[in-house]
Amino acid sequence: MSIFIDSNSTVIVQGITGRDGSFHSKQMIEYGTRIVGGVTPGKGGQTFEGSVPVFNTVHEAVKATGANTSVIYVPPMYAADAIMEAADAGIAFIVAITEGVPVNDMTRVYPFVKEKGARLLGPNCPGLITPGQSKVGIIPGRICTPGSIGVVSRSGTLTYEVVYQLTRAGMGQSTCVGIGGDPINGTSFIDCLAAFEADPHTTAVAMMGEIGGTDEQEAAEFVRTRMTKPVVGFIAGQTAPPGRRMGHAGAIISGSAGTAAEKLESFEKAGMGIARRPIEFVEQLRARM
Amino acid sequence: MDHQRGEGVNIHEFQAKELLRAEGVPIPPGDVATTAEQAEAIARKIGGMVVVKAQVHTGGRGKAGGVKLAKDASEARQIAGKILGMQINGLTVHQVLVTAAADIASEAYVGIILDRASRKPVFMVSPAGGIDIEEVAAKTPEKIMKLPIDTRYGLQPYQASELGFFLFPDDVKKVRAASKIMMSLYQAFMKHDASLAEINPLVVTPAGEVLALDAKISIDDNALDRHPELVKLRDETAEEPSEVDARNSSLTFIKLDGNVGCVVNGAGLAMATMDLVKYYGGEPANFLDIGGSSNPEKVVNALRIITGDPSVKVILFNIFGGITRTDDVANGIVTATKANPLRIPIVIRLTGTNEEIAMKILKENGFSASSDMDEAVQQAVALATKGGKAA
Repeated sequence: MSIFIDSNSTVIVQGITGRDGSFHSKQMIEYGTRIVGGVTPGKGGQTFEGSVPVFNTVHEAVKATGANTSVIYVPPMYAADAIMEAADAGIAFIVAITEGVPVNDMTRVYPFVKEKGARLLGPNCPGLITPGQSKVGIIPGRICTPGSIGVVSRSGTLTYEVVYQLTRAGMGQSTCVGIGGDPINGTSFIDCLAAFEADPHTTAVAMMGEIGGTDEQEAAEFVRTRMTKPVVGFIAGQTAPPGRRMGHAGAIISGSAGTAAEKLESFEKAGMGIARRPIEFVEQLRARM
Repeated sequence: MDHQRGEGVNIHEFQAKELLRAEGVPIPPGDVATTAEQAEAIARKIGGMVVVKAQVHTGGRGKAGGVKLAKDASEARQIAGKILGMQINGLTVHQVLVTAAADIASEAYVGIILDRASRKPVFMVSPAGGIDIEEVAAKTPEKIMKLPIDTRYGLQPYQASELGFFLFPDDVKKVRAASKIMMSLYQAFMKHDASLAEINPLVVTPAGEVLALDAKISIDDNALDRHPELVKLRDETAEEPSEVDARNSSLTFIKLDGNVGCVVNGAGLAMATMDLVKYYGGEPANFLDIGGSSNPEKVVNALRIITGDPSVKVILFNIFGGITRTDDVANGIVTATKANPLRIPIVIRLTGTNEEIAMKILKENGFSASSDMDEAVQQAVALATKGGKAA
């Protein structure tokens, strides 16, 4: 069917009255996402767009709406607190869109969320979409179409590029997930691959990684040892100079570690398909399905 | 294990030492000088042998002749005169640290680095100090002790003690001194939102004193909003001027050596665009991410920065409109080129939100645009290599 979200997901928006939060809440509602409430401290009792109740705290919102998913658009200095608030209120799936969250904040937040039994996606991510059912975050709905390809990526617009090309080629998607470009994030490639492997409606996976870290290499090892479904991979940043942060906080080649070549080699060893260019996902996936 | 090294805001050694001294790390006295005369005065105040150290954001200062011992104040003046103005790995030395020389019996390494895999800061300590820790990690990993720290509780005294015993297995006095330094280093790391904090070398003097002789701290960019005092420590003279200009215009820009100037929205797509330029036989001149919400002003600034680089032979726009409205980008291109007509060709790829409006705006102003990424990149590379006409 999908991973992480579907038409039954009930979503609250933390920061619903802010500039980004309100813009994307409207887009999500338009797409059909079940936005059941919003949270902005001090604006409890108001309604958003005439129908969505706004609460002062996540606890109140969960109590009143029974929401199981939250999406966070609060400014970076408040994001860690917002994530912890959601986890503490019993939200099972937390999507943090906010870019620029201090890394040391995330070192506290991650174990807290784990202990509460919640899943965090992001921060610094575009969220996710299960085409035709629900979108949580900022991925443009009209470039997606329902289907059986699982898409997982560390990037935003690069994901859109690939999804757009898949859609044009008639290859619909089960769920498209952006895990985010920060060095510490809640959900890794492996988490998504495992979920796609377990999802009966996903037949193949397109994975877009980038330079920095070892998440892709570990994902390749997971593909080799644990997956039956075909996976095609891409790495952005083959021309990136070492030691420089390429926009994403996590996209940096440290010393000689985290290079595109090293990651592509691990894909090859795992028997994965390799897309040298974004457009090659179409033929590589087709050849394996 | 993967380490985050060197990203974020690098501060100079003398600044890192000030932050560590404030937390109680024992560091030989010293001060920073921008002239040979100042260096002499500092050396005189310290008395005895001093070390004059170039303050630049690059490794290999010693090998390049940027770190020298002086026997007295007048020699310190001479040496500082030589080091100031020196080029080290392409960076000009504007400041030197003049610090008391210490006798060294042994050297160790102590550092805290963010570990992505464990999602924690991790302590790394090694009795093999004074050299490149990555080399030690690669060749003799048994000489390194790694200890991930749960930041909800912080470094516990027993952990600091374990680290100390790894460095000095048979000398409890040194263990106590080293443990105290580790607690202070951790305090500094957390207090200043560092992504890296290291003391290399941590030395033991013949008298048994434990001292920090060199220090490096990088600050997490994302945390600067709550550390205005650290923003001031950023040394913009050590950076590429076009990169400083870009940062002040809220653009993420990195200068490279090629001739295809790239303007892209989103970091992943920007990297993929550079890679595609290379795939088709070209060389990207830069990484540039105009970000999510693209007001026309950002496009104007992006074009100014890119055309300021004389080696750029063609400009390539690659915009996938999601949140970014492609008509905003089109308007930015028109505004910028009206104010400053382009002398080099421009290739535009736009697709997504408001694509039809954007295409119309561009066409009315004499630009052509493609909706296909591969096609646009190939065209840009052809123009860069052959020096073709404007589109």
